[in-house]
Amino acid sequence: MEIIPFFSIILFLSSPKNPFLDHTHTHHSGKLEISFMEFGATSRKKNKMVNGNQKFRTEITALVVDDDTTNRTIHRRLLQNLGIENQEVRNGKEAIDIHSSGRNFDLILMDMDMPIMNGIEATKQLRAMGIRSTIVGVSTRSMEEKVQEFMEAGLDDYQEKPLTSAKLISILHKMNHNGSV
Amino acid sequence: MDGVIQLQRQLVDYTASLFHEGFLDEQFNQLQQLQDENNPDFVVEVVSLFFEDSERLLNELAKALEQQCVDFKRIDAHVHQLKGSSSSIGAQRVQKACIAFRNYCDEQNTEGCLKCLQQVKHEYSLVKTKLETLFKLQRRVLAAGGSIPKPI
Repeated sequence: MEIIPFFSIILFLSSPKNPFLDHTHTHHSGKLEISFMEFGATSRKKNKMVNGNQKFRTEITALVVDDDTTNRTIHRRLLQNLGIENQEVRNGKEAIDIHSSGRNFDLILMDMDMPIMNGIEATKQLRAMGIRSTIVGVSTRSMEEKVQEFMEAGLDDYQEKPLTSAKLISILHKMNHNGSV
Repeated sequence: MDGVIQLQRQLVDYTASLFHEGFLDEQFNQLQQLQDENNPDFVVEVVSLFFEDSERLLNELAKALEQQCVDFKRIDAHVHQLKGSSSSIGAQRVQKACIAFRNYCDEQNTEGCLKCLQQVKHEYSLVKTKLETLFKLQRRVLAAGGSIPKPI
């Protein structure tokens, strides 16, 4: 079984100007700091090992935004498998609403084509609201222009469906590297 | 003991055949890898969701194509969704049939769309039968005290 490098993002916010940040979030204190830790070292302290399987908990939270039940279920299981606490909503409007209610996530997996409000629109609105979370567009590649438009709406990354463990791990690696602000 | 080994062999062979014949692709392996002791029925659960969603979409498509004034945008949206979910579970032939379907939607060709719908329905019912057989085999292996071999 391959060893998946484990890392944990410890978010310390100096002055939260974002009114939508959840102030009960346990991560608040000093400055923004990212630490990349090898699986073995961290596991004893922060992680829960179950039956010797490499199940572990990170401190990252994620939101799955997709109108398809099958896709939501798979994406949530992928996240759960990497120890990432996650929630789901069914379209862009629900993604906006959940943020308006004060919830915040480190990572948002955003589908493109959804009813009521699509991923492009939702991404624009979230950015306009001041949401700094990592937003990754997840969609089947149809036209280059659409992907371009999606990126320009404010994505940090784009991954072609179907999502796999490997793609998710590469997303997490990028989050870790881009983290230092 | 012999019985279990034989059943497991049957299961491995049957699974391999589904891949060789293009009914399933690598994505199905991804799903199997997500199944473990804490999520022992993950694959069956996800595939069941896929069956429910697909049957709904296929009904919507049939209705939409019967209309006086065919709404190709709506049809395209349904096919796009079906293409997405079939690719998520690795139902490769269904996915391919959906791609062809979308081309006819672009052309606003009702005749072509009707033919494609038949093709998609056909591929869907094939993969459904195959998967149900696969799951039955898996249950027999488990009942005989064996375990389902995980993909590498």
